Amino acid sequence: MATAAKKEKGVTLIEAIRQGIWEEMARDETVFVIGEDVGAYGGAFKLTEGFIDEFGAGRMIDTPISESAIVGAACGAALMGMKPVAEFQFIDFISTGFDMLTNYAAKSRYRGCGSIQAVFRGPCGGGVRGGPFHSLNAEAFFLNTAGLKMVEPSTAYDAKGLIKAAIHDPDPVLFFEHKKLYRLPRLREELPEDDYIVEIGKARTAREGRDLSIITFGAQVLNAQDAADVLEKEDGLKIEIVDLRSLAPLDKEAILATVKKTNRVLILHEASLTGGIGGEISAIIAEEAFEWLDAPIIRVASIDAPVPFAPQMEDYFLPQVSEIVEACRKLAAY
Amino acid sequence: MSAKSIRKKSNNKPLSCTSETDLTKGQQIELYRFLKMTRMFDEKTVNLKRQSKLVGGVFSSLGQEATAVGTAFALEKQDFIAPLIRDIGAVLVKGVEPKYIFAQYMAKATAPNRATDLQFHFADMEKGFIGPISHLGDMIPVMTGILLASRMKKENRVAAAYVGDGTTSTGAFHEGVNFAAVQKLPLIVVMENNGYAYSTPSRLQFACENLVDKAVGYGVKGLSVDGNDVVACYEIMKEAAEYARNGGGTVLIEAHTYRRKGHAEHDNQSYVPAGEIEFWETNNDPITRYENFLSAKKILTREEMDKIGDEIKDFLDEEAAWAENSPVPEPEHAAYHVFDNSVVAPAFKKKVLES
Repeated sequence: MATAAKKEKGVTLIEAIRQGIWEEMARDETVFVIGEDVGAYGGAFKLTEGFIDEFGAGRMIDTPISESAIVGAACGAALMGMKPVAEFQFIDFISTGFDMLTNYAAKSRYRGCGSIQAVFRGPCGGGVRGGPFHSLNAEAFFLNTAGLKMVEPSTAYDAKGLIKAAIHDPDPVLFFEHKKLYRLPRLREELPEDDYIVEIGKARTAREGRDLSIITFGAQVLNAQDAADVLEKEDGLKIEIVDLRSLAPLDKEAILATVKKTNRVLILHEASLTGGIGGEISAIIAEEAFEWLDAPIIRVASIDAPVPFAPQMEDYFLPQVSEIVEACRKLAAY
Repeated sequence: MSAKSIRKKSNNKPLSCTSETDLTKGQQIELYRFLKMTRMFDEKTVNLKRQSKLVGGVFSSLGQEATAVGTAFALEKQDFIAPLIRDIGAVLVKGVEPKYIFAQYMAKATAPNRATDLQFHFADMEKGFIGPISHLGDMIPVMTGILLASRMKKENRVAAAYVGDGTTSTGAFHEGVNFAAVQKLPLIVVMENNGYAYSTPSRLQFACENLVDKAVGYGVKGLSVDGNDVVACYEIMKEAAEYARNGGGTVLIEAHTYRRKGHAEHDNQSYVPAGEIEFWETNNDPITRYENFLSAKKILTREEMDKIGDEIKDFLDEEAAWAENSPVPEPEHAAYHVFDNSVVAPAFKKKVLES
């Protein structure tokens, strides 16, 4: 592989995604990458650096600044049996590909016009002082569109396993990558030598607990872990953390299982509260596990505002560990 | 082409078609069959609609059949089309059987897309028919992907995307044509300028004199054709496809034609100036013109044309009857094929009192 040898042990989350795409491209000639600056430049985050030397410009397609063209071209190529991996430079720009995703990609199989085996991936998330247009979490925009799958990893292992699963998946998959996690040293881990995938639609228990459950995903898994450490040390609480990994379809079994185990639930996500995925998860729990609850469901999410630029304001906007700790204490005491 | 220029060109005499063609006699007769069948399919669907046998709207191609039929006739078997709702002619030329289109119109279980979507919104990849969606312009980016894949597979295909004058105002049109141009993809965009997008006239749709002027801006070849001359439409697509196939890249064709019916059957066309529709019907009907041509060139006699018409009528009656006798879909089939059901279960309705 064209990457320089790393001194640190293990790989970062971005390297894991990179490995996953690389291995699939090496294995399967129908896999190709399309997006802005992905080829010669190697991508804005350098995720595909060196790919063009190995796979050639014919499979690393640099496009104009045209998200509709990127999504549409990926769909057309998928109809021809190719497996495109399309990149949004920032997930914020998925809005300009929204029509093609929700009307073409999502409905093609249902309309008998052909399955769209394609991955649409890109960096999401705030906390990097990117302001209102480089910090988006987009899952709620697509949650109400049948026909799209959505995943977001929070570990390097899952990132590689999920990107491979997404490339293999017979339906369109939106693959969200929290940019704050890309090169986070804390997430470095050694990955198995052998090929593996992480099944789409399955959550994982990130931390076993008994007193209450935090259901979350992406970068908030790390905040949940930090909060759980504090609560264990200061309050003696054993917090269970469920990392959803897949946002569509949701792993209902895992959600209901943790509710039935701890009877107290906090749902944590980084997108704004109103109309967020937390509302859907909350409704599932209320409908299907109401009798198992010992306390009201609590949601912790960003405030209902665009993502602000100034560090002081963005920190206020985003869920903070201290808020999660406070919410958990309230839940535990209920 | 304005009504005025047509009047001038025709000198108030019945128009024919361009005489310069290398179409064989047999091909010219086949072309007539498709043109006539397109018109008669249209008439049949209007009748079926009046008998309440159709579900949803009827979008007529009356008066503009020559563009779709002539251009599609110039494509090879391996080439792709993405038609619009008024391009049934291109779909028929590509070999799709009318019975399936009737089944689509009647929302029957035998419809190729299981009646999950209306009319021409289905596909037949084997026949090179890519199913369109209602969002105008979206098919151009999709066709760029078809052609990128074709290039990666080293297959020599060209693709035609049909759009209306209204489509050229969309962002997807721009993104798709520009991307195709940059990549030098063998995409031919047939811009059917029929004067109206729903009720909006061309002068409120674009400010350039002709749609084909846009080709200069995209750096692609631009061609213009009399869209009611089926022979000219064939010839222009032949030229465009050859250019594209030989590495020339993307082509925009503007076909000047006229929509004689409203947007759909319900539209009373109150916005159309008095006499305009009648003028086109009398002076510039694509079928009359081709019949004049065939007759003058002694390819077919009027009697032979009538006989072909009778054969098509019987054929379409049979095809429509097949569709009419087909079952309607089971309601719960709405839940299938949102995803690959071997991976994700069908989306059945939730039973409220299940547990």
